[in-house]
Amino acid sequence: MNKFDVIVVGGGHAGCEAAAAAARTGAATALITHKISTIGEMSCNPAIGGLGKGHLVREIDALDGLMAKVIDKAGIQFRMLNSSKGPAVQGPRAQADRTLYKKEMLKELKRQPNLCLIEGAVEGLIISDNHINGVSLSDGTEYYAKSTVLTVGTFLNGIMFTGHKTTVGGRVNDVSCKGITAYLKAAGLNVGRLKTGTPARLNGDTINWDILDEQSGDDEPVAFSFLTDKLTQPQIKCYITHTNETTHKIIRDNFSKCALFSGLITGVGPRYCPSIEDKLVKFADRTSHQIFLEPEGYDTNVVYPNGISTSLPADVQDAFIHTIKGLENVEILRPAYAIEYDYVDPQELNKYLGVKKIDGLYLAGQINGTTGYEEAAAQGLLAGVNAALYAQNKDGFSIDRSEAYIGVMVDDLITKGVDEPYRMFTSRSEYRLYLRADNADLRLTEKGYNAGCVSDDRYGVFKAKKNELDKYRSFAESRFIKGSEIDDCNLPLKKEGEKKSLFTLLGCNNVSRETIEKIVPELKEIRSDVYEQLCIESKYAGYMKRQTADIEVFKKDESVTINKDIDYSQIGGLSREVVAKLEKVRPTTIGEASRISGITPAAIIAILGYMKK
Amino acid sequence: MSNKTIYALSTVFGKSGVAVIRISGSDALKVIKEVTAIDVENIKPRYAYYTPVLDKNNRDLLDKALVIYYKAPCSFTGEDIVEINCHGSKAVLNSVLNCMNSFSELRLAEPGEFSKRAFYNQKMDLTEAEGLADLIDAETKEQQKYALRQMEGNLKNLYSSWRENLVKVLSVLEAYIDFPDEDIPQNLYDDILNTVFKTKKEIEKHLDGNTVNERLKNGFRIVIAGEANAGKSSLINTLTQRNAVIVSDIAGTTRDAIDINLDIGGYPVVITDTAGIRETDNPIEQQGIDIALQKIADADIVLALYNGNAVFKDEKVLPKNKTIYVANKMDKLSEEQIQAIKDKKHLLISAKYNQGIDKLIAVLLDKIKDNFSSSSNFLITRIRYRRSLEECLDNLSEFSLDKEIELSAEDIRLACRAIGRITGAVHIDEILDNIFGSFCIGK
Repeated sequence: MNKFDVIVVGGGHAGCEAAAAAARTGAATALITHKISTIGEMSCNPAIGGLGKGHLVREIDALDGLMAKVIDKAGIQFRMLNSSKGPAVQGPRAQADRTLYKKEMLKELKRQPNLCLIEGAVEGLIISDNHINGVSLSDGTEYYAKSTVLTVGTFLNGIMFTGHKTTVGGRVNDVSCKGITAYLKAAGLNVGRLKTGTPARLNGDTINWDILDEQSGDDEPVAFSFLTDKLTQPQIKCYITHTNETTHKIIRDNFSKCALFSGLITGVGPRYCPSIEDKLVKFADRTSHQIFLEPEGYDTNVVYPNGISTSLPADVQDAFIHTIKGLENVEILRPAYAIEYDYVDPQELNKYLGVKKIDGLYLAGQINGTTGYEEAAAQGLLAGVNAALYAQNKDGFSIDRSEAYIGVMVDDLITKGVDEPYRMFTSRSEYRLYLRADNADLRLTEKGYNAGCVSDDRYGVFKAKKNELDKYRSFAESRFIKGSEIDDCNLPLKKEGEKKSLFTLLGCNNVSRETIEKIVPELKEIRSDVYEQLCIESKYAGYMKRQTADIEVFKKDESVTINKDIDYSQIGGLSREVVAKLEKVRPTTIGEASRISGITPAAIIAILGYMKK
Repeated sequence: MSNKTIYALSTVFGKSGVAVIRISGSDALKVIKEVTAIDVENIKPRYAYYTPVLDKNNRDLLDKALVIYYKAPCSFTGEDIVEINCHGSKAVLNSVLNCMNSFSELRLAEPGEFSKRAFYNQKMDLTEAEGLADLIDAETKEQQKYALRQMEGNLKNLYSSWRENLVKVLSVLEAYIDFPDEDIPQNLYDDILNTVFKTKKEIEKHLDGNTVNERLKNGFRIVIAGEANAGKSSLINTLTQRNAVIVSDIAGTTRDAIDINLDIGGYPVVITDTAGIRETDNPIEQQGIDIALQKIADADIVLALYNGNAVFKDEKVLPKNKTIYVANKMDKLSEEQIQAIKDKKHLLISAKYNQGIDKLIAVLLDKIKDNFSSSSNFLITRIRYRRSLEECLDNLSEFSLDKEIELSAEDIRLACRAIGRITGAVHIDEILDNIFGSFCIGK
């Protein structure tokens, strides 16, 4: 059998979600990857989540994706970042057991009906008349499908650098994927190079842990998935150490030997994930940089030193790592390397992550210029759902900026393109107080269910929560409490006879649940997640009013669609530069057009004026 | 607007060392080919060519000039531009301009048309262009001066400096939010508070000084109050007939029929007559009096006019700090009466016989100038600016570090957005650039 509805190429974080999502959405799906044994591999740091990233994982879960469920099983240390700050900027993060994560991910994929896993190296795309009909493998086998999702990540013409030594491959000990770029270029796609890196791996048995600072997980770990009841696994500790001036001297003395500065690497790397040599150059006055030592699992001695990725040669790495406190006698299991790979300018994509120039082809993950497992997975899910819908001749499924971080990311990518690997931050969203990790299900599950990518089971769980939330919200809004109602509670009701709604009181920081229950015994019945949700909604109610108004304005611009065939050169008052930019992105709405860099309000007015004619 | 090639004298007409005639549009080079000796097929942009300028028809030598070519889009208007620098004598200018006029491809530019084209070709941003709109509409010298100042970017620099402050604050807050595990100094809260406080104060001061500026746009309001027989109409008539006062007719503004627009010493003034103020049982008259009281309240200057034979009645309804008392009909007064009025520091005039009017105008002008000198250098010329700044201020007033940091950041973000409506939006990349430039992020 070599015919499917959807083919997904690649078994990384984007590929897993894409394949599972396509299958969930009812498409007969094949996932083709070099090695089934490396499906779900965490190529870099052994952790999932964080600020913005944790939000994405919750959104993946709300759309019935895999990442949250898998990390809940494979996590070995859970922390809610920013727990001292407000709920909108709290992000769940977990250290993972790398082997366990892979195992659980494969389990999920094997359990997924409609999905078939195939081992093979895709080297060709079967394209005719601007439509993709399938892929061909290095051994000549061909597979056909109505739509295809490419999630080839750093494997796309990947080259690894350790000092001046280069190795062709997509990951250490893995080959690269060489053929595909030529097909994309032949179709007229704009392809560039990006760079990332991963630090050395250390033998934890040879680290002097006793002299290092500890970092523990949360006492009450919070799960990623809305479906996980409780996390029961034991939690490990991470440790913190620092570079020092001796370390820096060794690195500086060897600048000329690193691939990055010698001009070997032409791709742009992410600024928020700089190599140690980058940090020394940019912040020359700092005498120390912190390093997190993250164990890679329960049953392994491998440790990931977060903060010292480098493209220096192995002997220099060896020298500088041994100058670091706690690592004096450490055994280096594997040196760090930088990796350079091809990516496709995401301005080639539409909001469904489909390639505009090739019908039926979808791209997700690092091939679109992003970095990070979570960013990749979120795109994979969206691309997978859309590939499945396309194969079934159904309308596409899009998510906008006001609905989810997934929407923010896709919109940023397709309207602005990238000039460095794109990573999610909460500051990228203008609706941050609404796009929270805690309400991802409320924002997306219904929508996903309507698109067909959310199972009945999850939808049932969601509905039960939503109904209870709605019920208690209207109760809380209509129940008013007077200061005099109860004497021994210290309520923020100062004036004689002043009353506030229960909903308002729930948002006050200093009113405990016990106090509330004393006054309103009906609330004893309420589920704790629903209670928390009400408190958060109340806390942000004032700001949400304005944000809701902003969202309405945003939706208005999004609803003004631009004719698919518009000829921008016919619009008076647009400079050639602006016309070129509009031609490149071909925005589908006025909102999208206005977010393209270099498109001025004057240009938008000119387009609107032209459309009115 | 048609895209015909336009020309105009860009310098002042009259005797000067050098005068510049500017031609903008696709036919600019064609004109040059006909009237100069330049080989336009091989002309280099931004090079000065010394060349004779010849009459189009009889080939007479008109002048020897320097000609510079700016190739589209790298020119002020974004179109092809040729500048002819000729000698600044009236005779030369007349003949060269006449020559230009004889080209059917050319027409004389309308006021501000070069700048308008620059705007349509996106050679100017919104602030510059709005200053330009005001420049074109400028009715008086003072307005022109302020509009010019805005064009030069004073206002833009000021607003940009506030924007920069806020972007810095937001960057620190966002760094605290998005990079909790990173090595970011935690002692920047004082800086944040100081910057927000300072910026807020500056914007407040700026806004305070700016009712003056709206007066510049819409005119200073002078209201004449007094009884029906005090001579208000004659005073207005007398004022409008003075040389120092020009009656202007600003189109497109809606004002009461009894409002008269004047220009006093270069300042736009709206002068308003009012009904007499007195107690009445007549509801219609009462309505008129209510309107008069409202006008007095809104006025910048109130002229309280009374018959020198009597005293000003209803003095208590007039605001002390902006009222000038004027006794009319001085020609009919005795020495003692005049002295008594002078003692009260009231002005004396005779509207009928044109006495004391110069003095009155001088006092008015002083008062108007007073209003100006107390204001800052920077004036807001658009109500829209004011509104955006007020919104910015509202958000800064909400700001505190006592609330959750994401709410503090939201306040600053909204403040940035408000000011960005004037100066250009604040993009996330700018915030991220700031963060990565200031802090070593990279766990």
